[in-house]
Amino acid sequence: MTAVLEKRPGGASVARPPARRRRRGRGRRLTILAFTAPWLIGLTLFFLYPAVATLVYSFTNFDLIDNPTFAGVKNYVFLFTSDPLLWTSIGNTVWLTVALTVGRVLFGLVAAVVLVRIKRGAGIFRTLFYLPALAPPVAASLAFVFLLNPATGPVNQFLHLFGIQGPLWFNDPAWAKPSLAVLGLWTSGTIIVIFLAALLDVPGELYEAASLDGANGWQQFRSITVPAISPVITFAVVNSIITGLQYFTEAVVAGAVASGSSYTSGSSNNLGYPSNSTLTFPMWLYEQAFHQFHMGYASAMAIVLFIVSGVFTVVLVNRMRSAGIGEEEE
Amino acid sequence: MAITTVRPAVPVRRRPPRDVAWNRFLAWLGLHAVAVAIAIAFIAPLVFILLTAVMTDQQALTPDLWPRVWRWDNYVAVFRAAPLLTYLGNSLLYAVLSTGLMLLSSVPVAYAMSRLRWRGRDLLFYSVIVAMLLPPQVIAIPIYVLWAHLHLTGTLWPLILPNLFGDAFSIFLMRQFLITIPQSYSDSARVDGASELQILLRVIVPMGKPGIAAAALFSFLNAWNDYFGPLLYTGENQANWTLSVALASFHSVHQVQWNLTMAATVLVMLPVIVLFFFAQKQFIEGIKFSGVKG
Repeated sequence: MTAVLEKRPGGASVARPPARRRRRGRGRRLTILAFTAPWLIGLTLFFLYPAVATLVYSFTNFDLIDNPTFAGVKNYVFLFTSDPLLWTSIGNTVWLTVALTVGRVLFGLVAAVVLVRIKRGAGIFRTLFYLPALAPPVAASLAFVFLLNPATGPVNQFLHLFGIQGPLWFNDPAWAKPSLAVLGLWTSGTIIVIFLAALLDVPGELYEAASLDGANGWQQFRSITVPAISPVITFAVVNSIITGLQYFTEAVVAGAVASGSSYTSGSSNNLGYPSNSTLTFPMWLYEQAFHQFHMGYASAMAIVLFIVSGVFTVVLVNRMRSAGIGEEEE
Repeated sequence: MAITTVRPAVPVRRRPPRDVAWNRFLAWLGLHAVAVAIAIAFIAPLVFILLTAVMTDQQALTPDLWPRVWRWDNYVAVFRAAPLLTYLGNSLLYAVLSTGLMLLSSVPVAYAMSRLRWRGRDLLFYSVIVAMLLPPQVIAIPIYVLWAHLHLTGTLWPLILPNLFGDAFSIFLMRQFLITIPQSYSDSARVDGASELQILLRVIVPMGKPGIAAAALFSFLNAWNDYFGPLLYTGENQANWTLSVALASFHSVHQVQWNLTMAATVLVMLPVIVLFFFAQKQFIEGIKFSGVKG
């Protein structure tokens, strides 16, 4: 009700009694506090507290049953000197992160450039390109283990038509990660949609001017398209790296199904099948924390993951900031 | 084409020279060939899943791609092979309650972060982005310990209840959408003496429906597709498995039955695909707002 005064031109708000303004200010603060309360609690309970607790746990021995006991930097020393699978899991995570990021961004760019130029049936193509991205990761992983089945899967059948002996895919340590990368390409619809939206925002006059100057398609792509959508490409790359660092579901499910076992049932001897080639860092962390109950040690691993993903998060937040994400439209 | 339309000084040609037309046709052909190839590659997996799902046990083990006998009753058999209805109920419980609680808690937060100005707003918004990007494995251990103390591990509540306290991605997505509504709508409601709660419910929620709907869709989809959360909390308690967890172990239980495994896969994918065809626009808008406009 007092807001009326503020809106009236001619300095009417100056005339408002200070007491009322104060009351209004307090009411406003209470409104803001009430509206943001869920997040203030959520942030404290499910992010700030666990982050601090993880750091504390990382300096302890903790098995969930007994109280944590102080262990100094023992967990970190073991992590970098004695864990037999740490570097395997880091190597696999880096491999998958790089392959998925490069593969999905390049493929997404090609698919979006093709889509933006298609006139007739554009809607159908867009739907088909995006649809697989919605498939539940567990279902998609199962489907690809079937499709890439070395003996009877359709993909090796297809290769056989050309006289090619297909690889063992998920059953070969050298091919298991590339198989996961292929699965990643199939579900790259989200990146395609983001690139497509960015391409549609590039002013058409730029291309007309360039083609008048005799620039060919590739030159136009390099000197107009790429610079125009480079913020979106950066966003996609950094976002994809952060997602890659969390890579878990597809590797767990594909490894378990290809080996004929199940991770859920607790038999974790086939984790990272075949031969630890699909064991990612988050999987090894999960195994240590929730199957071996080395929770102090797993917390030290979590801190390492926190620092690495934190670096990329800072990069992304800075990009968003410079793109004016905190800005408001009037 | 630019030559004919932009420069009248050049003699206007009704038909471009033959080599230009030919090159243009080749470009058109190449473009559509690539598009069709990608489309086939994207759809083929779904077709093979559907075909295998209706094969007999024996045929699903052969390299055959086309069913000799169409065993539609595989879709009935799959419910006998595993208590899928229980898992379906659990998935729905998780997805529906999460989405409902998320809307209740996150819409006001997104409103305060987009429609009101106050000190610390941007800082709190950055906390939303950081929380959204943080790998769930980083903070999973203390949260698990917390729920273990409350004796709620083994159930889906540790995944549902946090939605009472705002979901970072949903807040982010809705904030990005709500901030595009011109401030003048709120201002004129304020002039009419409306409280912020009234403005939120009567002005912003109706106008922000597309953004809120997109957030609700993604919330539902994320819960439906989630594997890490249900595996962590219900892995040891089969009665509370969701479809994702059940599907991941289906094949090991029914060792060689690819046909039933694929039928189960179809059943888990189906609701998502149906949802997409009904709400395609919201999905696409949601991605654009979370990606590009950010």
